[in-house]
Amino acid sequence: MTRYVTQRVISLIPVLIGVTLLVFLVMQLAPGDPAQIMLGPKATESSLAQLRHELGLDQPIYVQYGRWLTRVVQGDWGRSIQLKREVLPFILERFRNSAYLMVLAVLLACSAGIPAGIISAIRQYSLDDRVAMILVLVGFSIPIFWLGIMLQIIFGLKLGILPVSGMQSPGQTGMLDLLKHLILPAVALATGATAIIARMTRSSMLEVVRQDYIRTARAKGLTERTTTGRHALKNALIPVITIVGLQVGYLLGGDILIEIVFSYPGIGLAMVNGILARDFPLVQGAILLVASSYVLINLAVDITYAYIDPRIHYEQ
Amino acid sequence: MSSEYASSTRPQSGAAEVVPSPANEPSFRGRSLTSEALRRLRRDKMAVAGAIFLLLVATVSILAPLLAPQDPLEINLSQRLVPPGTSGYPLGADQLGRDMLSRLIWGGRISLLIGFSAVMMAMGLGVFIGLLAGFFGGKTDTVVMRLIDILMAFPAILLAITIVASLGPGLRNSMIAVSIVGIPYYARIVRGNVLSLREQEFIQAARVIGGRNSRIIIRHLFPNTLAPLIVAATLDVGWFIMAAAGLSFLGLGAQPPTPEWGVMLSEGRQFVRNAPHLSILPGTAIFLVVLALNFLGDGLRDALDPRLRE
Repeated sequence: MTRYVTQRVISLIPVLIGVTLLVFLVMQLAPGDPAQIMLGPKATESSLAQLRHELGLDQPIYVQYGRWLTRVVQGDWGRSIQLKREVLPFILERFRNSAYLMVLAVLLACSAGIPAGIISAIRQYSLDDRVAMILVLVGFSIPIFWLGIMLQIIFGLKLGILPVSGMQSPGQTGMLDLLKHLILPAVALATGATAIIARMTRSSMLEVVRQDYIRTARAKGLTERTTTGRHALKNALIPVITIVGLQVGYLLGGDILIEIVFSYPGIGLAMVNGILARDFPLVQGAILLVASSYVLINLAVDITYAYIDPRIHYEQ
Repeated sequence: MSSEYASSTRPQSGAAEVVPSPANEPSFRGRSLTSEALRRLRRDKMAVAGAIFLLLVATVSILAPLLAPQDPLEINLSQRLVPPGTSGYPLGADQLGRDMLSRLIWGGRISLLIGFSAVMMAMGLGVFIGLLAGFFGGKTDTVVMRLIDILMAFPAILLAITIVASLGPGLRNSMIAVSIVGIPYYARIVRGNVLSLREQEFIQAARVIGGRNSRIIIRHLFPNTLAPLIVAATLDVGWFIMAAAGLSFLGLGAQPPTPEWGVMLSEGRQFVRNAPHLSILPGTAIFLVVLALNFLGDGLRDALDPRLRE
């Protein structure tokens, strides 16, 4: 297992370097001169040249990348042009807010998706199964940003039972208030993941219940409940763990859209505002943080999967 | 991306190949895989419903200049925010008094165009890269796979946003961005198929009789990778439409006053209290088109590889 983990961590290094290179190059290709954006339209040519020199923009691109990467590793992610403050502490704070949202969304997706998948598999081809599978396709097909707006209209504007934007009400700092603000965005965010988890649980259960050891369990007289609960479910949930882990990664993408709909102060809102304001250090930092988290989450999923199913690391 | 649906690596033949007909399955005699798949697809009611709905939307979109009752950009401030059912405005009007029905019809044209062109671009480049990497292997494959790993290290929508951040907001750039996001998924599907196909006897035979690499790739490998690609592409058109609408919604894709569904949703959101129809209608349109594509894609997947139905 240790060898497998070491191999996976080592294989991650070129991917992470590639991610930093891509983020750096993409921002380099962006139209506009960073010095001009920072100093404004009235800047003189000499002040622009001086700032370009200070920022190292007059150096060859590989030198700029090397310097930037060194600074990133040392924790210096630059200063936001728009906010006039250090990028790293700001995006970490925003990322923590997004994490609250994603954790709740994953919990909701698992608590709805896994039981739905199990019931669907146990009652394959029944009305319940068919309805559940149609709902799964509906879940795949709903644009989450639209679902967010619909939830705002129904629960916020019509029924008036839940807040429709922000993270906390003015003057409030309690957990209950936070949770109230999180419910609608988390439900919208969780919909697609619920559909995928339900579908995977169903197909995994269907595969497991056809195995010989399940037939043996039934043959030796175990009740259907014990066979399903103690023998089938444990094994069927192994691939589901991977899917749940991958959903955390996908939620990082959906989260950006949901944060805009609900004006939720997370990393997605900061990133999109940064793009629209051409605040490149902020955008670069936010993209790098989200992409790196995605890579690390995938690593954690792989390691968890190998730990639960030892065949994975024996095969490596 | 829905590449998880496209895991089938079963080699498909060209249209001429005939399924061997076992004595106990007389109904299969003389049918090609294609006609057998079409027969199965026709029996799937949801897939047929999806196909009919898409055909309807495509027809209305193509005939938009004839069918749209008004100019989608024509401003009429006296009719701003009128609700659906108002005379002359069956689906109401937006914040500038523009006819919602006309904007939805023209919006369908743009959204479908984005969805299908983005899939074609992504698939074209992805197939090309996947064929080369899978066929030549070695360093070419290693380099391509590492690049794919890097692209796939980003959540799809984040990569699209990153590319738009670099190219600048706009309809064309958002289309390019979502296409680039799709490339690694198609490249991986094709590469995986080619890796297993290139060891099969018909490819060895083509080599033995002196077939050039380009001929083997184009005439033998490419047709055999089509079945999983068709399924992936059908399911992905929906994702591309949603992603492009999402970018427009964020202000990074199509820009106002373009009657694109994502833009309409973004603009309508500001009037959600007084005129919820501005948000409900374009979102419903995106949802129904994507749902129809998913019904059709699911049906196609089952029809092309019935083993996956389970």
